[in-house]
Amino acid sequence: MFDLTGKCALVTGASGGIGGEIARVLHAAGATVGLSGTRTEPLEALAAELGERAHVLPCNLSDFAAVDALPKQAIEAMGSLDILVNNAGITRDNLFMRMSDDEWQSVIDVNLTSTFKLCKGVLRGMMKARWGRIINISSVVGATGNPGQGNYAAAKAGVVGMSKSLAYEVASRGITVNAVAPGFITTAMTDKLTDDQKAAIMTQIPAGRMGDPAEIAAAVLYLAAPEAAYVTGTTLHVNGGMAML
Amino acid sequence: MSDVANRVKKIVVEHLGVEESKVVDNASFIDDLGADSLDTVELVMAFEEEFGIEIPDDAAETIQTFGDAVGFISNA
Repeated sequence: MFDLTGKCALVTGASGGIGGEIARVLHAAGATVGLSGTRTEPLEALAAELGERAHVLPCNLSDFAAVDALPKQAIEAMGSLDILVNNAGITRDNLFMRMSDDEWQSVIDVNLTSTFKLCKGVLRGMMKARWGRIINISSVVGATGNPGQGNYAAAKAGVVGMSKSLAYEVASRGITVNAVAPGFITTAMTDKLTDDQKAAIMTQIPAGRMGDPAEIAAAVLYLAAPEAAYVTGTTLHVNGGMAML
Repeated sequence: MSDVANRVKKIVVEHLGVEESKVVDNASFIDDLGADSLDTVELVMAFEEEFGIEIPDDAAETIQTFGDAVGFISNA
């Protein structure tokens, strides 16, 4: 249904469960994809799986000089940059009273500041093209809060406010900026939870199960598509009913 | 009118869709030519490309009128 033929998409965190699936789905819709992440090996494996129209663009998002250079590298590799998916994220969980400045700052740097920098870096080309899609991956935790995740929740809520502000500024130029807020999705990040934690979470999810990365990727695909041109500044919650916002 | 002024005028006319006669030295992009703040950013981007120069943000803020733009670019 959604055709992205001729569009070029940069996906950060493509070495992870959700990012990899987002890249697969955009690629399957016809887009050329730039796969970014810190670990080169899974990126190379994904690129090999996808075949043509896939480019590996390693980048450590805690290295701001590398972040600033990434949009230009993506354009050099793909020819243009029409779709940006800021998916990469880290967690450094700790109780608020025990959270160190470093735990706070590193999560803000990677999850919020690098998203800001990448959005800024892709705007020029999108404004000239009068077409662009920016999709920032937030989290249900950004809307509801979560004990032990003061830093992560702050960054993810920050992403939503930032996306809305940017959406205002560039809507008249054919650029949409939206957020997707996953609930609990089966990935390496949620595998770290103990069985007791998982059982407790499950009681809060009306759907009675964790989500699949493909269910996040489908939301991203919709927001990236030409059909979603009139959707901007919104947050699409994909959480099995865990928080009905 | 200088070559620079002519090229700047062409960009302004095309981007803002205004009549050439309105693009005079003291014409303010925002107050007289109907630009919004994002238009001024785009104009600066267009000037940078047309003339192969870099206009830093703090300098861009000083370019308020057609005359400012021609003056800045001529001295760049």
